[in-house]
Amino acid sequence: MAVAAEGSRRRRIGTIAADPRLRSFLLQLALLLLVVWLGWAFFDNARQNLANQKIATGFGFLSETAGFGVSQSLIPFAESSTYGRAFVVGLLNTLLVSGLGVVFATILGFAVGIARMSSNVLLARLAGAYVETLRNLPLLFQILFWYLAVLGTLPSPRASEPVLGSIYFTSRGILMPRLVLESGSAFVFAALALAIVAIVLLWQRTGRGGGVAATLIKGLASLALIVILPAIAFVAAGAPISLDLPELKGFNFVGGLRVNPEFLALLFALSTYTASFIAEIVRAGFLAVPRGQTEAAASLGLRRASTLRLIIAPQAMRLIVPPLTSQYLNLTKNSSLAAAIGYPDFFYVFAGTTLNQTGQAIEIIAVTMAVYLAISLVTSLLMNWYNRAVALKGA
Amino acid sequence: MKRVLSIWMAAVALGASATAADAALLDQVKQKGFIQCGVTQGLPGFSSPDDKGNWTGLDVDYCRAMAAAIFDDPSKVRFTPLTAKDRFTALQSGEIDVLSRNTTWTLSRDTSLGLNFAGIIYYDGQGFMIRKDKKVSSALELSGASICTQTGTTTELNVADFFRARNMKYEVVSFTTADETIKAYDAGRCDVFTSDVSQLYSMRLKLAKTGDHVVLPEIISKEPLGPLVRHGDDQWFDITKWVLFALINAEELNVTQKNLDEQGKSPNPELKRLLGTEGNFGEQLGLTRDWVVRIVKHVGNYGEIFERNVGASSPLGIERGLNRLWTKGGLQYAPPVR
Repeated sequence: MAVAAEGSRRRRIGTIAADPRLRSFLLQLALLLLVVWLGWAFFDNARQNLANQKIATGFGFLSETAGFGVSQSLIPFAESSTYGRAFVVGLLNTLLVSGLGVVFATILGFAVGIARMSSNVLLARLAGAYVETLRNLPLLFQILFWYLAVLGTLPSPRASEPVLGSIYFTSRGILMPRLVLESGSAFVFAALALAIVAIVLLWQRTGRGGGVAATLIKGLASLALIVILPAIAFVAAGAPISLDLPELKGFNFVGGLRVNPEFLALLFALSTYTASFIAEIVRAGFLAVPRGQTEAAASLGLRRASTLRLIIAPQAMRLIVPPLTSQYLNLTKNSSLAAAIGYPDFFYVFAGTTLNQTGQAIEIIAVTMAVYLAISLVTSLLMNWYNRAVALKGA
Repeated sequence: MKRVLSIWMAAVALGASATAADAALLDQVKQKGFIQCGVTQGLPGFSSPDDKGNWTGLDVDYCRAMAAAIFDDPSKVRFTPLTAKDRFTALQSGEIDVLSRNTTWTLSRDTSLGLNFAGIIYYDGQGFMIRKDKKVSSALELSGASICTQTGTTTELNVADFFRARNMKYEVVSFTTADETIKAYDAGRCDVFTSDVSQLYSMRLKLAKTGDHVVLPEIISKEPLGPLVRHGDDQWFDITKWVLFALINAEELNVTQKNLDEQGKSPNPELKRLLGTEGNFGEQLGLTRDWVVRIVKHVGNYGEIFERNVGASSPLGIERGLNRLWTKGGLQYAPPVR
């Protein structure tokens, strides 16, 4: 019995060494354990060091009063709000500037990219100059350029003249009238929607043709519909929509809608800078579609515009989307350069002010990493989903 | 990006550095041969580099006094310029040995940040600076103003308190460095620049037309500024405290760079103890008996440092005010050497 058991154990050890799958599994396991151990050692060491220096730890600070002000927030934020709320304010500001930045950069990037391939030499050269200038200058420099050299030179609030009634361009930002919506304003919007539907129906039912007179009558009727219907609703609901005009009072404008120069400078710089890269991606994508495709479309008798829309663009998009995703991620991460001009983005409010006021570097840096990672992963996820939708099926 | 990196390194250093078994900081400093001192990125009068890269200022001279006490050589200091935002992390992680960067002593910094304040080198308070042509004579008229300030400071919190308590509206625009802040103020982004009053005078020197700007009379906070060290090394903490006390005591007993030799021969027992001809007080700190002689010889006493850097004979021309010795109606008071 004892001899037999000894023999089988030897065989087992023999098989472990011989079986390549089992061997590699064990090696992988050992590596995993090493990584986990290193991580734990780092964590434990940090905890001990913090305890030795009696530095506060944990996430309790999130529910404490922040005590500082923030120049721009999408949700109400006062000095008596908590650090947790400051976290949300910063996050929303980052999402706002990156979201709008992505939209503008995409529009501008596609426009410039297509313009660069244009047969109009002037347009193509201009687009080329745009790309070569903007992508070759440091982004931080461009942010400071917009902030100090462009927006910073606008007149002070007291010296500024209104444009188009009551829009003011000042060194404190752009001020414009704000729509104040009270209860009942939904009626006006409903009337407006109704008018638009009616106009669409009118033009569809009557069809084309009928001469200039008929078109003129239809045009007048449409105009009447879109003005009179909402006007009736407006009066009936007791004037629920009003304009809040900016007004100079003391040091600054009071009322109206104000867009801060920090936000504008960051948005301009991020959009125009990223657009220069997107333009090149777009150009590369379109030029990568074989010339034979265009020729084949032409021999089928398709017009130039239709060729672009139906043949070239769908094939180009497949090549454009993956590098485009990287640009979106870059734009989001680059938005953390906001700190240079005091735009209260997530990095600035949380990994800056909050870190300094609470001193809890490790927790805050860990959370900051997690948040940027999460934003990036969600962006990638959405773009991958879109990429699958435009990719060659079954390829 | 450098800023991001430095916070990162600090976070990593906190995790990876060796635990409590570290040797005493004084021995480490003696071994490496210099003190690593955290200062501002440029605040004339307190810490700023001249055109040759030599650091000068009140906060700088404090670090030089420490080097004089330890090495008998005020040049054995290396300076690390830090933003207000990064200063504590740099100290916590051991990147610097002492932080001498016009830092306000507050309870939370003294406790939950894991730091110890050595004392008060400058009694300051927060004030407001505004363009003369705005015709404002009091901070109470600032309702609705845009205010530029530096992030990561007590200033940022005080200004919020001030306006909140008086139910006045304001807009705060905060920047990372003092230079960015003053640039934005100069460009007209804000009506008001707020900071510690000493800093207002100092930053005003950087403006194109110094005379166009006034500091409003209101002082809205207490800003006791002082050097600080991290928790956990009592000997080092004692040295930082007593170097500051030595500077103040030297002024009180009228020991100056000029009369140092004569005062060394004085029969006054207080002077004898201070200058190490009687007792072994320096050795109790882990230094030499003549530690105060070294400090005064190389750097001068507190009054001399003050006059040279921020006082009437400097471009800042700040009055001694609260920073006079207690014997002259001020607040500067140091425990006795005995």
